[in-house]
Amino acid sequence: MSPVLAYAVPVALFILSLAMAFTLVPLLRGPKAQDRVLALDCLSLDGMLLMLVLGIEQRSANYFEAALLIALLGFVSSMAMAKFLLRGEVIE
Amino acid sequence: MNPLPLWADIAVSVLIVFGALVALIGSYSLMQLRTFFERVHAPSVIATLGCWCVTLGTVLYFSFHSHYIAAHGILIVVFLALTVPIVNIFLMRTGLFRARLAGEPVPAPLSRGGEGDRAKSKRAVQQDDFQANVAASPEVPAALDAMEDS
Repeated sequence: MSPVLAYAVPVALFILSLAMAFTLVPLLRGPKAQDRVLALDCLSLDGMLLMLVLGIEQRSANYFEAALLIALLGFVSSMAMAKFLLRGEVIE
Repeated sequence: MNPLPLWADIAVSVLIVFGALVALIGSYSLMQLRTFFERVHAPSVIATLGCWCVTLGTVLYFSFHSHYIAAHGILIVVFLALTVPIVNIFLMRTGLFRARLAGEPVPAPLSRGGEGDRAKSKRAVQQDDFQANVAASPEVPAALDAMEDS
């Protein structure tokens, strides 16, 4: 790996892990269900960024697909949970 | 595998670390802000600035490593730009709806019911909005009763 990137990638991985740890706090604490859904949505975004940086660390382009999948599933799951909280049913 | 030129190395590093820092800021403010209506804005910075930075860094890195332009990382950003506003609008409406049902204080509407130039007062607009929400919900009678009382 290139000289600067060899330091930058572990730093970025650490910062993103710290961000995911910060997101876990409102996920566990959040007084209402919508707070937890919001934290879960944020957690999926953080996990997607972590996956992209991991792709650089492993030098594998396959992590793109994993990140895209996480983004897609995060959208669908947040949408389903928000819809359920709003209307009481997911599909009407 | 071609070795990266030094400027691309530095550019990718700066983009990745900056994107990670932005993600940290978004997550930290998600943890620190007090009410749901303040908190719901916090993750948007991750989906816009943080995601753009990390994705551009990834695209730059793989474009230099392979013999083609690895632009399919842009797909993620475009997809997020389409989906994140939808999720945020739904979550805000959910929070508003549930806070009104629970009788908690909610922020005043901004886009409708401006001062003066409307016949309806802010309160009436709010109640209309509430009624439209409640009419479509499964718990119609109880919620309507509760609103008539207030």
